[in-house]
Amino acid sequence: MKAAAFDYLRPADLGEALALLATHKDDCKILAGGQSLVPAMNFRLARPAILVDINDLNELDYLRADADHLKIGALTRHAAFHRPVVEGPLGTLLAKVVRYIAHYPIRQRGTFAGSLSHADPASEWCLVAATLRAEMLAKSVRGERVIAAGDFFHGTFTTALEPDEVLAEIRLPAMAPDWRVGFYEFSRRAGDFALGMAVAAARVEEGTIREARLGVGGVADRAIRLGTLEDQLVGKPASSALIDGIAREARGMIEPNGDIHASPEYRRDLIATSVKRALTEALA
Amino acid sequence: MPDKRDVTLAVNGKTYAVSVEPRRSLADVLRDDCGLTGTHLGCEHGVCGACTVLVNEKPVRACLMFGVQAEGKTVRTVEGLADGDTLHPLQQAFWENHGLQCGFCTPGFLMLAAGALQENPDMTDDDIKDVLSSNLCRCTGYQNIVKAVRLAAREMRARARI
Amino acid sequence: MNWIGRRLPRLEDPALLKGGGSYVADHAGKAAAVCFVRSPVARGTIVSIEMPSDGTVFTGRDLADVKPIRPILHRPDYVAIGQPVLPVDRVSFCGQAVAVVVADDAALAEDLAEQVFVDIDVADAIVDFDTALAPDAAPVHPEATSNVVVEGRMKTQGLDQAFAEAAEIVALDVRSHRQSAAPMENRGGLAEYDAASGRVTLTASVQMPHMLRTGIADTLGIPESELRVIAPDVGGGFGQKMSLFPEYVVLVWLARKLKRSVAWIEDRRENLLASAHGRDQAFSLRGAFARDGRLLGLEADLRSNIGAFSCYPVTCGVEPLMAFAELPGPYDFAEYGVRSRGVTTNTCMMAPYRGVSRPTLTFSMERMMDVAAKRLGIDAAEIRRRNLIKAFPHRSPTGLVYDEGSYLQAMEVAIEAAGLPAFRARQEAMRERGRYLGVGLSVFSERTGYGTPAYAARGMEIVPGYEIVDCTMDPSGDVVLRIGSSPHGQGLKTSLAQLVSDELGVEPQRIRIISGDTDATPYGWGTFASRSMVIAGGSSKLAAGKVAGKLKTIAATLMETSPDDIELKDGWARVSHSNQAMEIGTLARAAYHQSHRFKGLLPGLHENAVYDPGGTFSNASHIAFVEVDIETGGVRVERFLVAEDAGVLINPMIVDGQITGGVAQGIANALFEEIVYDDTGNLLTASFADYLPPTAAEIPEIEIMHMETVSAESVTKAKGVGEGGAIGAPAAVVNAICDALSPFGIELFELPATPQRIREALRRAGGASYA
Repeated sequence: MKAAAFDYLRPADLGEALALLATHKDDCKILAGGQSLVPAMNFRLARPAILVDINDLNELDYLRADADHLKIGALTRHAAFHRPVVEGPLGTLLAKVVRYIAHYPIRQRGTFAGSLSHADPASEWCLVAATLRAEMLAKSVRGERVIAAGDFFHGTFTTALEPDEVLAEIRLPAMAPDWRVGFYEFSRRAGDFALGMAVAAARVEEGTIREARLGVGGVADRAIRLGTLEDQLVGKPASSALIDGIAREARGMIEPNGDIHASPEYRRDLIATSVKRALTEALA
Repeated sequence: MPDKRDVTLAVNGKTYAVSVEPRRSLADVLRDDCGLTGTHLGCEHGVCGACTVLVNEKPVRACLMFGVQAEGKTVRTVEGLADGDTLHPLQQAFWENHGLQCGFCTPGFLMLAAGALQENPDMTDDDIKDVLSSNLCRCTGYQNIVKAVRLAAREMRARARI
Repeated sequence: MNWIGRRLPRLEDPALLKGGGSYVADHAGKAAAVCFVRSPVARGTIVSIEMPSDGTVFTGRDLADVKPIRPILHRPDYVAIGQPVLPVDRVSFCGQAVAVVVADDAALAEDLAEQVFVDIDVADAIVDFDTALAPDAAPVHPEATSNVVVEGRMKTQGLDQAFAEAAEIVALDVRSHRQSAAPMENRGGLAEYDAASGRVTLTASVQMPHMLRTGIADTLGIPESELRVIAPDVGGGFGQKMSLFPEYVVLVWLARKLKRSVAWIEDRRENLLASAHGRDQAFSLRGAFARDGRLLGLEADLRSNIGAFSCYPVTCGVEPLMAFAELPGPYDFAEYGVRSRGVTTNTCMMAPYRGVSRPTLTFSMERMMDVAAKRLGIDAAEIRRRNLIKAFPHRSPTGLVYDEGSYLQAMEVAIEAAGLPAFRARQEAMRERGRYLGVGLSVFSERTGYGTPAYAARGMEIVPGYEIVDCTMDPSGDVVLRIGSSPHGQGLKTSLAQLVSDELGVEPQRIRIISGDTDATPYGWGTFASRSMVIAGGSSKLAAGKVAGKLKTIAATLMETSPDDIELKDGWARVSHSNQAMEIGTLARAAYHQSHRFKGLLPGLHENAVYDPGGTFSNASHIAFVEVDIETGGVRVERFLVAEDAGVLINPMIVDGQITGGVAQGIANALFEEIVYDDTGNLLTASFADYLPPTAAEIPEIEIMHMETVSAESVTKAKGVGEGGAIGAPAAVVNAICDALSPFGIELFELPATPQRIREALRRAGGASYA
């Protein structure tokens, strides 16, 4: 299990990196954390001709919070989220979710942006980005553009990124202190890929849900934001009956995929359970 | 033959100048080019953790980094854990508590725990179990590993206070 | 000072802890790298093999003179199947090596292997035993027309009568899915050619170095003197590394052919695909129970999927015949009827894996006991009390003789420690809050340390079992023990050193044990089947005892007393009831340098001994506590108790380590690990992301209690303990799950009990919350 040969390029800054991507396009892959790419290369399932290693691009290793967004630079490692990176519900949620991403040593290398660019259907960060309506800042020599999460994920391992683009920054909308959050994931072993998971967030005023976010992951070709169910939650008082009803609806509205660990039927159960538990945590 | 690159590695305080293909993993470079065979390969896809080493003092999978990426970084392997003939508290605790049987996964567990305890010397029992779930052991059933890390952490905290 | 019974930290460990272990890959750096080209399909005919012109590549045609691996059982029902080291015409499982390449390093070897194109005319693969046993099934091998390659049958005279008299007949169909031993170190070998002698030294990650030498020499048609096999530090085996694999034959062939050193270091994908599997079994049982819960008779139809080939030397009979002989387990009943078949399919070969059939048969019997108890309205422990063996020696319906054990006592000790009344109260309270706790019990016997009689009874052409040990004390009083057994992580060297210390009065640190080198050790059978402490331990004790006898004679001569009055302890030979003493080192020097003074004694201190016991049964009782999440089907093992009787404990710390590690593999068997093929025989679990050995997060603390029944069948008084943990745990865990789910009336008979299987059962039982 040794990788196929490749050429290795290590640009010193973003400009150089983008120029290399513009030159080599589909022949090259960006190497950031490498925690998904390198295993695939060791199995020879991925065999890029060129690797552009962006690990020297310290300019991309940042977390910045302003009134509207938490901005996550492309080289921000998972481990950066082990402790809340911002005060309030968003930092709490990210610190909870990160514990489910593979294992401690993987989290030291793997990056938030790398997870999103890789677009594994079982990626926790993809679920968070889709559910919280993140914006992706893509850069290339041609310029930069912002892609909404809803337009970013095209399916298993495919995104809206062009071959010459790098996902330079992710912008997660800020969450006011009165939001409450929940996350649930089921996997076979600690750190394994999710067989089903859900993120929920809600702003509740005097017992009534004013705003809601809800998404499930690990069950189809991409993370799914459950917008219609979010709408159903809004304006209603939080109750276990409401949560059960939403969970039941979520179960019915997704056509899950099947694999050796989870049949579609079983995944439907996990959708319902994940939604129920994430919502219950958020609305507790 | 694909092009080789000259790479200078700082491992366990020593400098190694090697010439390797970019595709050669850090684990293979350590083992075959630096002669440090204490780092083991059990799966080469990042799950088993037998190859765990410290890069810039953080535990990482040496099978999921290429050797060329370690240029300019410090690497610590199991061979650099003991202080001469004096075992590291983790090594001593693994020995006294039967935290190893065949010994193949042991270097990875030692480096994993060493790195995690550097980041957080006060890990709770749950933290320890969570961190140790990163690596696989097939012989011990884990409980002596968990116990050894717990006791070593206590010993290391006690020494730090002196 | 007595060393037996002490928790001595292992002598093996300092090197392993410092990165100074010596595994085969650590030696392979300078050798040329070997990569095998493997069949991408499970079954077909090789049409052609297209090879790059500028690489070192060999196929089956180049190795036409090499004999197939063809282990033999002398039984009328056994069909011998030859395994070509590289096939010429047909491939029989996905992953079978069909060509071999040699290059400067492993990456280049993989590059080269990718350029070898094997054109195979694909045929429909036979993957499972139902397909294989269908009347119109195409034979996997022409020599085995029914696909049944070994079959044991027996029926006692009173079986029909037992069923006629039964108050309750409990029938169950049990399924154990395929597993891999998955040692952390994969297989691997380094074959070094010595130009001066023409000999090849094969350093390999194996459990049976002498057997490997014999097997390779026989297939290559060379004398064994031309080959040396070394087993260095071995990173776990659990049975997977005890067979002769084609890869090792090819390596030695390559070294001789190319006159250079070559190394093959297996990767994880190959290990999961093409080493060996086990536990792919389907057992159908019918138990005839009396009203009071006594088991009157047992009828069983047992099927084991042995894969495409028969493992050398123990053969594909190992699972089916173990199941045939040992299904009755710890229970005392007379009437037994059984048919046990080994079925060949287009899948990876079955070979021994820790426990061999006994995890499945214990699971079957223990599930049956729980089901019978419920039907008859008897407590789960009580029905076992009424059936466990209580008098020794006990003769089983298949003729096995059980030595002294503590079947009943071990169960009672475990139950006492479990605190069941308090648990039942908590279980009840938690159920009202929608949480489902359960407790499960298993009781079993573990046949260990058996010598040649047991293997001869199976009809094996190659009959393993004895161990020879050479014991030498050198002139400075240090001891060297050369053993044919070949440890791979068990800490055997420490245990043997403790044993020999007490014989010779020398501290363990002065006892060096040499193993795993056919040039340096007596012919032996390696380490497997929970045998080494009993058999190699027995011969070590006997050999050391002979050296001790000689030391005593020398001491008695020098101190003018009788050998019977000499005691060897703490480095001294003391004359009892006196102040007289001599250092053992002084005696050792005299044995070599003053030998003329000891009439009738040969010079020096060099003795050997052979031990070939009939076998001894360990026994244990496991109790598992679990919580089942009925919404996800997830299971958490909360607590696990073991009451073990492995006789006298030489090093209790090491014994506990064996039990704990075995239980962890048993929990894996119960909940996590499963090798999955698709219908075409393509492997779907070729990585540790899909094949799931549990982590520290899934394995609970394991509490161990010991009984120490002294058996006359073991000269060290120790019984084997390598496999018990793996044998008993699956039954205890699944019994606990069924207890947790008893409000839904769910009984599970499948291993592993995965979350989706549990949810499936709940759905069928109407316990699915969102159905």
